[in-house]
Amino acid sequence: MRLLPFGDSGVLVEVDDLDAVLGLHAAVEAAPPAGVIDLVAAARTLLVRIDPERTSTSIVAEALRTLRPLPPEAGRAEEVEVPVVYDGDDLEAVGAATGLGPGGVVEAHTGQVWTVAFAGFAPGFGYLVGEDARLQVARRSDPRTRVPAGAVGLAGRYSGVYPTASPGGWQLIGRTDLPVWDQDRDPPALLRPGVRVRFVAAR
Amino acid sequence: MRSRLEVLAPGPLSTVQDLGRFGHNAWGVTTSGAADRGSLRLANRLVGNPEEAACLEVTLGGLRVRAHGDLEVATTGARCPVRVDGIEVGHNAPIRLPDGAVLELETPAAGLRTYLAVRGGIDVPTVLRSRSTDTLAGLGPAVPQAGDRLPVGTAPRTFGEVDLAPRFDPDGREVTLRVRLGPRDDWFTAESRARLTSTAWTVTADSNRVGLRLDGPALQRAREGELPTEGMASGALQVPPSGRPVLFLADHPVTGGYPVIAVVLAADLDLAGQLRPGQRVHFRDTTASA
Repeated sequence: MRLLPFGDSGVLVEVDDLDAVLGLHAAVEAAPPAGVIDLVAAARTLLVRIDPERTSTSIVAEALRTLRPLPPEAGRAEEVEVPVVYDGDDLEAVGAATGLGPGGVVEAHTGQVWTVAFAGFAPGFGYLVGEDARLQVARRSDPRTRVPAGAVGLAGRYSGVYPTASPGGWQLIGRTDLPVWDQDRDPPALLRPGVRVRFVAAR
Repeated sequence: MRSRLEVLAPGPLSTVQDLGRFGHNAWGVTTSGAADRGSLRLANRLVGNPEEAACLEVTLGGLRVRAHGDLEVATTGARCPVRVDGIEVGHNAPIRLPDGAVLELETPAAGLRTYLAVRGGIDVPTVLRSRSTDTLAGLGPAVPQAGDRLPVGTAPRTFGEVDLAPRFDPDGREVTLRVRLGPRDDWFTAESRARLTSTAWTVTADSNRVGLRLDGPALQRAREGELPTEGMASGALQVPPSGRPVLFLADHPVTGGYPVIAVVLAADLDLAGQLRPGQRVHFRDTTASA
């Protein structure tokens, strides 16, 4: 675990892998040091944001050093099933790029359990990591100016579902009717860090 | 009948803001809220509101509003000539705005954002416990347009304890912001790290509530490769491939994929929120005193 400074209002904790991030996130969330106002989990880091009027980065860094990570599954074993119609505009291209063919892409996407690593880009946009690297593809070189809500895509090692219509550069393989973001729901985000996701082919 | 503030003209951009939404970063929801939090707090104190009540954040003046019901208001932040029914009134001081009166903000001589508090607060519905408009994500109340009648909340039992708040106005000249290097300063050459604090950076015209885009000599990387996406916060100086840093403000994305060379101290963020296009900004390294 490496602690990096983030001004006087945060500590960026760098760890080895995503599991370590999830374990650390669970531990800080279960017993946050005083003055911690928000947490941003990402691929290999957890940004611990503090209120510098209530604590200091050195006090929080000390507390983080003595923290024992929780198993990422602890209390977060929630599973979500996402029905997907696999008719995305990039399905053929992803099939060609991965050598799996369109049918093989669907098989690989539905055939593994995905874990929400972190959220970013937009409210409710979860970055999902799978169990293998079969579906690793580059972003589109030419991002779309509008991707509809519910579009299911791939980029790098991640899969994701666009919560609202927005510009986007991910390779689109399908769509879902399941609302992954609803600001009137509690919690509004379906794909929160640690949630396990299984995609199923729908008609 | 409940009081309202009718927007006659919103100016270049007026948004409803409070102190933002906290605890939702994990869902990809940024904090948002006033870009100059100290000025929002002061405006609320002047009219006897709780500090976190929602106000109008007015960018470069130009706002005209009409009172429906007898209101008490106050302006803080960038000092605009303020008129009520054509008569100039004070800044950083409570103002009576009787039913039907029109308040008008002209363009400020310096600074960017003026806060208009109304006793009772602007009472639009909350989204995730905040009335702030996140302009990047489109979360929170819609941006007020001419003709909108913004509801005003019930006046608190308390009254303002200050009649006039002596306060430094935002500076229109070169501004210095204190930074601490990191978390990714090691991604840049020693020369570029030094350049960050030796350059007078210029705020460009495409700056907004998401961030200040800065023009100056490009900062060079010391290493190749991509940084895995990581958490961002207000004050982060993120350096995209162009080498020109972006200083993140209230509506910044929760995560980003470019290295952050340094972070502005929390106490200096309000100054950053008042910088306007064309203005020069210096960064002073306080890493050693951390």
